[in-house]
Amino acid sequence: MAATTLGRRRKAVPVGGRHRPTLRALLYLSPWLVGFGVFFAYPLIATVYFSFQRYDLFTLEPVGLLNYEYFLRDEAAWTSIRNTLWLVVVMVPARLLFGLGVAQLVTKLKSGVGVFRTIFYLPSLVPLVAGTLGFVFLLNPGTGPVPTILSAIGIPSPDWFGDPAWAKPGLTLLALWSVGDLMVIFLAALLDVPKQLYEAAALDGAGPWQQFFRVTLPVIRPVLMFAAVTGVIQTLQYFTQAMVAARVASGSTDSAGSVFTPGYPDQSTLTFPEWLFHQGFRDFAMGYACVLALILFAVSMVFTLFLLRQFRGLGEEDA
Amino acid sequence: MTLTLAPASRARKAAGRTRVPRRRATLNWIATHAIAVALSIMFLGPLVFIALTAVMTDHQALTSQLWPKDWEWGNFAEIFQKAPLLTWILNTLMYAVLATVFMLISSIPVAYALARLRFPGRKVATLLVITTMMLPPQVVAVPIYILWARFHLTGTLWPLIVPMLLGDAFSIFLLRQFLATIPKEYSDAARVDGYGEFGTLVRVILPMAKPAIAAVALFQFFYCWNDYYGPLLYAGTDTSHWTLSVGLASFRAVHRVQWNLTMAATLLAMAPVIIVFFFAQKAFIEGVKLTGVK
Repeated sequence: MAATTLGRRRKAVPVGGRHRPTLRALLYLSPWLVGFGVFFAYPLIATVYFSFQRYDLFTLEPVGLLNYEYFLRDEAAWTSIRNTLWLVVVMVPARLLFGLGVAQLVTKLKSGVGVFRTIFYLPSLVPLVAGTLGFVFLLNPGTGPVPTILSAIGIPSPDWFGDPAWAKPGLTLLALWSVGDLMVIFLAALLDVPKQLYEAAALDGAGPWQQFFRVTLPVIRPVLMFAAVTGVIQTLQYFTQAMVAARVASGSTDSAGSVFTPGYPDQSTLTFPEWLFHQGFRDFAMGYACVLALILFAVSMVFTLFLLRQFRGLGEEDA
Repeated sequence: MTLTLAPASRARKAAGRTRVPRRRATLNWIATHAIAVALSIMFLGPLVFIALTAVMTDHQALTSQLWPKDWEWGNFAEIFQKAPLLTWILNTLMYAVLATVFMLISSIPVAYALARLRFPGRKVATLLVITTMMLPPQVVAVPIYILWARFHLTGTLWPLIVPMLLGDAFSIFLLRQFLATIPKEYSDAARVDGYGEFGTLVRVILPMAKPAIAAVALFQFFYCWNDYYGPLLYAGTDTSHWTLSVGLASFRAVHRVQWNLTMAATLLAMAPVIIVFFFAQKAFIEGVKLTGVK
């Protein structure tokens, strides 16, 4: 280890001088450095600036803390926060449990593993808009197959995307259906658990459940944590499915115009990023949208920092 | 089950010991595969019902019948007359292809530098890439939109394509994760063979990274193919600039069509992803695994 680093140093200095490697790295990094400045650092600072302005793309007017005060009184914003929290608290754990369960099942299969894995993974590839349209149709009362099948076996089916109490559970079903990518990650982690650990646990008389809780869970814990935190961050930006489900279920004729109010039925699917989008790019209350963006930034950053801790050792390995 | 067998088998210890686990293994096999089949039906069911509805007649699509009476294959032709589907598909293809090519050109060198070059600030740069990858796009959306509005490019898809020339955080991260696993002996050997840093990247590292590059390219292509938020934000109200996702979301309401045509269009949007998946399954699965790394 020490010898190789010494060897590299000795070779690098006479060939190109001390600064060349850094210059070369800068050259390779340059597209991203520019991109980071233009599409991240600058807009982040600008978001703070605009949050103190009233701006609709035409007139810019400083308004002090008015946008922040409005946020405290904005009922719809708080409804969207409650809905987003609901999704974080219900949808994320449901996906984790289901994904882990399916992955665990695949490890127990003795034949047809490839076929089953493909079938379980496939729905996660379906485009979000197409999948959402499919689910609105599947659960649609009157014409949808799910209510038809449920009523055939005597179970009353709710009005899913037409009922404020059932719209979010309907979206959760959609999220469970597309659990395949999580399943693949968990499956890889489960197959990485050393066999000897299970053999040792079995010798100690541990049953299947004990083996799962004493061996499997502790070993795959980092992967689970990573999936949980990324799951939360992704759910904080939950947008497409809620938007499309509301639009299709309400039968709104508005396409990309300004009449459509998201969240149908009764604001039950209105998520925080949807409200931000609506305020900023449909009502063009851009200053106020920046306040919402900063709140989203603060919350996501907490979870991102947690993730970054996991990457602490990154970039220190010898390249 | 095993308890009742126990006294009888005690006499023939050796025989009993092999038979009971074997029977339990058979029961286990049946149980796990039964669950797997039930799950498969639940995972495939939605796709099957979407496909069946897509070929129903207008009249039957109003009923709750599950199986098509007359198979109306003409639905797939009719959706192209109801809406400018072809324009939407071409727009989506332009967005997806250009974004993927631009992303590869800009992101590979960045990932290479982060994974295999030594320079001060490498760790900070890597952590910043992860941060930008993680933070929701909505956080910085307003100033970026204002920027594009100044260039009079809102109402087109260019605001989604041009930034790809400046690297994509998710792709950079994924490529970095893969490039970091290639043993540095390969780079050393390339240097002994007289390659410079750029020659090493192009001649030695890139050929080895083909699976990761394929995965990243596929992810980018289908991210764009599926993207709804971006085109909804920038494509505007002119339907001739829409992508398939945006058109599909308002297809049913705007064009006053039944579920059968809506499902036919939905199937059309899904088809490319599913077809490509069957040809490039390995690249997909390997790519997904890269996203889950510790």
